[in-house]
Amino acid sequence: MIYIFDGTYAGFLTAVFESFEFKQFNITPVTAVLHSNSLFEEETQIITDEDKFLRVKSGLEKRIGKNRATDFYRAFLSEDPKIWKISFRLIVEIFRGNTSILENFGDQDVLLFHQTLRKISRERHRMKAFVRFNKTSDGMFFALIEPDFNVLPLILPFFKNRYTDQSWLIYDVKRKYGCHYDTINIHEVVLDDFDQNKMQTSSIGIALDERDELFENLWKHYFKSTNIEARKNLKLHLQHVPKRYWKYLPEKK
Amino acid sequence: MQRIEEKLIILADAAKYDVSCSSSGSKRKNNGGIGDASSSGICHTYTEDGRCVSLLKILLTNYCIYDCAFCVSRKSNDVKRAAFTVDEVVDLTMNFYRRNYIEGLFLSSGIFKNADFTMERLLRIVKKLRLEENYNGYIHLKTIPGASDDLIREAGLYVDRMSINLELPTEKGLQLVAPEKDHDSVRKPLQFVNETIKEYKNERKIIKHTPSFVPAGQSTQMVIGATPENDFQIMSVADEFYKTYNLKRVYYSGYIPINNEHKALPQIGTRPPLIRENRLYQTDWLLRFYDFKLDEILDPNFNQLDLDIDPKLSWALRNPQLFPIDINTADYQMIIRIPGVGRGSALKIIKARKFGKLREYQVKKMGIAFNRARFFMRCEDTPYQMGYMAMPHVKAKILSEGNSKYKQLQAPNQLSLF
Repeated sequence: MIYIFDGTYAGFLTAVFESFEFKQFNITPVTAVLHSNSLFEEETQIITDEDKFLRVKSGLEKRIGKNRATDFYRAFLSEDPKIWKISFRLIVEIFRGNTSILENFGDQDVLLFHQTLRKISRERHRMKAFVRFNKTSDGMFFALIEPDFNVLPLILPFFKNRYTDQSWLIYDVKRKYGCHYDTINIHEVVLDDFDQNKMQTSSIGIALDERDELFENLWKHYFKSTNIEARKNLKLHLQHVPKRYWKYLPEKK
Repeated sequence: MQRIEEKLIILADAAKYDVSCSSSGSKRKNNGGIGDASSSGICHTYTEDGRCVSLLKILLTNYCIYDCAFCVSRKSNDVKRAAFTVDEVVDLTMNFYRRNYIEGLFLSSGIFKNADFTMERLLRIVKKLRLEENYNGYIHLKTIPGASDDLIREAGLYVDRMSINLELPTEKGLQLVAPEKDHDSVRKPLQFVNETIKEYKNERKIIKHTPSFVPAGQSTQMVIGATPENDFQIMSVADEFYKTYNLKRVYYSGYIPINNEHKALPQIGTRPPLIRENRLYQTDWLLRFYDFKLDEILDPNFNQLDLDIDPKLSWALRNPQLFPIDINTADYQMIIRIPGVGRGSALKIIKARKFGKLREYQVKKMGIAFNRARFFMRCEDTPYQMGYMAMPHVKAKILSEGNSKYKQLQAPNQLSLF
């Protein structure tokens, strides 16, 4: 049975609710975008329902604890239908009383679930590290990112706690949305293509703080000067800073 | 007047031989200003030598009254000199930090005029960051040997970590290259800070609002390969310092020749001993996280670590009577002693085996180095073997099948003998 949901986590957990409602447990959850009509399997459209979402969410938290329950949200951000299917199966197992299933590392699905969590966590950590702000002339700090997974929601608390007294915007170019912090609250922002281009070619698009270029250059100088030539190890360097991230790192641009 | 670019290039270059980059261990919170400490630490980028860049690591100045042969900033060395002003360091730190380039500041200095004068200047920077900029990011400050207790105590209230480098592993080595220095001038401040940390911790048990004092603890660094100490001597010193001063880290820094003036030191062109350095770190990890005792890994007779295999494998090969270890029954402490099995995989094994006896195909996928581990462990379906394994045979097999990152590095060295 195929459940087509709207791509949100609320929709995903609503689907879990419906599967118990209809007593259908062999489910493949997909989004309309990813789904091409299947000839052989039945399909159900899931309509996201806030109440059903919250009931499943708190039910899950009650059974395995809040932190573990959030693992399903983290894994969900992988945007990988295979992981969605595995997560779905594991959540169903948990509601059936098998609450320690996530510790069964001998189970290949469980192992894959944890490996995915590791990947998400690594990407989240990388984004904490690799975000590079530019300062605009009106004092806002902005950064563009293109993470492998949809980890922006996971790094917001970090940036809010750290950069409390400065206004910032982190924009996911790949997923076409960003988050803006105005020194009090965080708002989601969606830019049209014109504005997004303006940010990418910042020299003509957005007026930068007069000293922004100075510090970006100083950073590049620092990066070069702190390297020890006699210890050169490009393999290790690339392992830690894979090329796909260079685009937004001034020291590697 | 030097431009700020030039100063930064000179003073970053002079600071880079201090290998500590860690920004972990502190939980300093943001109090409405800017910055906090991430307790796990964050590496914001990596240089082409593969080293983490976490902190803005600079000297306040590379003018120095001392003339230590191993040091690039020593008085007699003909290098460009520079000095930052207090405001310049603060401005750089804040602007790098606000752009998320760095986790914080690592501040060291050559010693100008005298120890107290230098320490006082460093303290001024730290205080300005904390009190005027409302900055709560990470600060690693070098303790200047010979600085007064009052200055050190005050600095400790504002920084996250302090460190002071042993430089050479033994007093004898130090005498050879830096006759003006001795280990006592390192031990004294380490001891003072360690005791003050304890003092503040005890006070905190009684009075909740006691300020934090060097919350990320202390570290030190030894230069490896400059003087002829063996690995047993080096690790004995590290072991003793960990225990006596509760150090968070000991760093081992392979010596990089900077000139040919001192005949006792390796000359320019000598490759830094990177493999040896790595083996020392592995040993350090075994002591701190794997519950090994130093005398299991090194002793006066076995005083040099193998370069071709890691120290845990080396230990296992010397102790065939303990293997194979049955991962379905052994406790955690034994499982982490299996070569190729780390702490993470060991925890997975312990949890997973509650659901049923584990077979090879399951364990293989848990992130272990199966190529090494398989000779030392038993899974449910491992065929039974009689007697001990022939360890020289096991070693040869691991080396021939393995893909050591050092294979290429080792080959040319061996050839050069002929």
